Amino acid sequence: MQREAVIREPLILGHKTYHDVTEDVCKPIEDKAPRMWYVLFTIALVIGLYGVGSICYLLGTGIGVWGLNKTIGWAWDITNFVWWVGIGHAGTLISAVLLLFRQKWRMAINRSAEAMTIFAVFMAGTFPLIHMGRLWVGYWVLPLPNHFGSLWVNFNSPLLWDVFAISTYLSVSLVFWYIGLIPDFATIRDRAKKPVAKRMYSILSFGWSGKAKHWNRFELVSLVLAGLATPLVFSVHSIVSFDFATSIVPGWHTTIFPPYFVAGAVFSGFAMVQTLLLVMRKAMKLEAYIHTKHVEYMNIVIMVTGSIVGTAYITELFISWYSGVEYEAYAFLNRATGPYWWAYWSMMTCNVISPQLMWIRKLRRSLLFTFFISIIVNIGMWFERYVIIVTSIHRDYIPAAWSMHYPSHIDIAVYIGTIGIFFTFFLLFARYFPVLALNEVKTILKGSGQSYKESPDYHKNH
Amino acid sequence: MAEKIIYAMYGDDEVLKSSAKKLVSGGIKIAEVYSPFPVHGIDSIIGVKGTRLGIMAFLYGLTGLTLATIGMRYFMVVEWKMNIGGKPNFSYVENILAFIPVSFEFTVLCAAHGMAITYLLLNRTLPGMPAQNPDPRTTDNKFVLEIRLSEQTIGEAKIDELLKDTGFEELEKKITE
Repeated sequence: MQREAVIREPLILGHKTYHDVTEDVCKPIEDKAPRMWYVLFTIALVIGLYGVGSICYLLGTGIGVWGLNKTIGWAWDITNFVWWVGIGHAGTLISAVLLLFRQKWRMAINRSAEAMTIFAVFMAGTFPLIHMGRLWVGYWVLPLPNHFGSLWVNFNSPLLWDVFAISTYLSVSLVFWYIGLIPDFATIRDRAKKPVAKRMYSILSFGWSGKAKHWNRFELVSLVLAGLATPLVFSVHSIVSFDFATSIVPGWHTTIFPPYFVAGAVFSGFAMVQTLLLVMRKAMKLEAYIHTKHVEYMNIVIMVTGSIVGTAYITELFISWYSGVEYEAYAFLNRATGPYWWAYWSMMTCNVISPQLMWIRKLRRSLLFTFFISIIVNIGMWFERYVIIVTSIHRDYIPAAWSMHYPSHIDIAVYIGTIGIFFTFFLLFARYFPVLALNEVKTILKGSGQSYKESPDYHKNH
Repeated sequence: MAEKIIYAMYGDDEVLKSSAKKLVSGGIKIAEVYSPFPVHGIDSIIGVKGTRLGIMAFLYGLTGLTLATIGMRYFMVVEWKMNIGGKPNFSYVENILAFIPVSFEFTVLCAAHGMAITYLLLNRTLPGMPAQNPDPRTTDNKFVLEIRLSEQTIGEAKIDELLKDTGFEELEKKITE
């Protein structure tokens, strides 16, 4: 057992025993769902179905129902794609990178952050697929011997790298998440009273029994998966940024994109984790496990990555002038002062100024303020992608082709719809899955739990 | 073959470790430990060897890298030299920069999935497998030592005596067929 310095804030508050941890996490799953859950689930489902309906209409009619035109061929679709992929970066970062750095506070939040990651990447994947217009030939992105000729997919294209990056990221995150879930499903299985629940959870738990050798393998597998997932997280958003950076469009052709996209992704991902967890901890009474200290740690990550993003914005701006390339300079001048100035300045306010407020200890430990900022960051990061994508292409080399992008109601419906589907999945997860890595949390109870920190002999008398 | 098994249940991981140590030094072979979470240090006490899954992951990764290289070379250089922007792929090595991202992703894909599948197969944990823990509480807050009499060199009476003051909470003896 590891001991921790006494002055460190405990990660688990109150006088919890191993059994209490099980009880606190399993109770919400075993009890009847609160009425609020049904209300939220219905709202999310209705919005999600509206999105599905819009997607069906889009596929039936064609991409023309979006507000795209001959100058702006990429707008909300790819903006939403990058936004969702970015959000999907927090989960694996929390569980993989923080595991490698042995950060114990990750254990309370990694499960739900990873669930969020997986659902977000699902939503992201929807956009390139529906943008193909012909969803049923979506498998053509795979390297299949083309039965209509001898042409293979183009391995020199960043768009194909994206296919590999996103699908690897999604499937590896899913496996990482599920391997951690197996022992926790076993706990629910062994507590289940109703036959249907028992049957379901025994299938889901794969017959896990907690043998010493299995735990030994479990720990190594988690470690190696974390080692593999860490460069994967960084590669995915780097490759997403290559979609733009390898092009020659002024405003996109920027070598700073990969690191700056990765920082932005972590920034927005943590913001979404905050949004979800601040509500979840309250609704599921997990305040003892996810408390101010966890929120503060995450706010520090938001502050650091937000500062990297801010630095990148300003560097970009400076280089566009310093390069002496007229077209580059104009692209950035147009962003800040052109017809899309409002999007640019929303992005600047939300992403550069708001994370700097986290330097103030009182603010970064305030849950209400954190919730507010997390929403602001999510909005800001959506605008970032919109600014990069739309403002760079809406005024190209031929002024006669200059154009504006106005989203159609289908653009909006598909976007809002994916948010609905995302929340539907997340609410189902919160209802039926252990939202906390409960068995992992037990391993830090003695090192970082409040009662053990106050009196190390606590467990002997209880 | 009928076999007698002793299950000793403990309520704390530290007590479990100290008693396992005591039993092993008394000459008892502990067949298995069931615990709700990984108890660090128990492996070396009861003689569970470190796993070699890490090596497997490396080999799977290497397989992935090889497959990706062979595949991309065949698609892009051998079978159909795609000419992109006036830059045809005549040689794999000279164009290798463009192939790095996919090589990396495919390596990770194969290493992660290969290891995960091997892990599940080795553990015999697959959908629909029955649970083997002797008591449902071992996935909650209890720790169980399993001692198989057939594996011991000392008699049952001696084992009972050694177990007596290890601080167990419950003791169960079971005969399996």
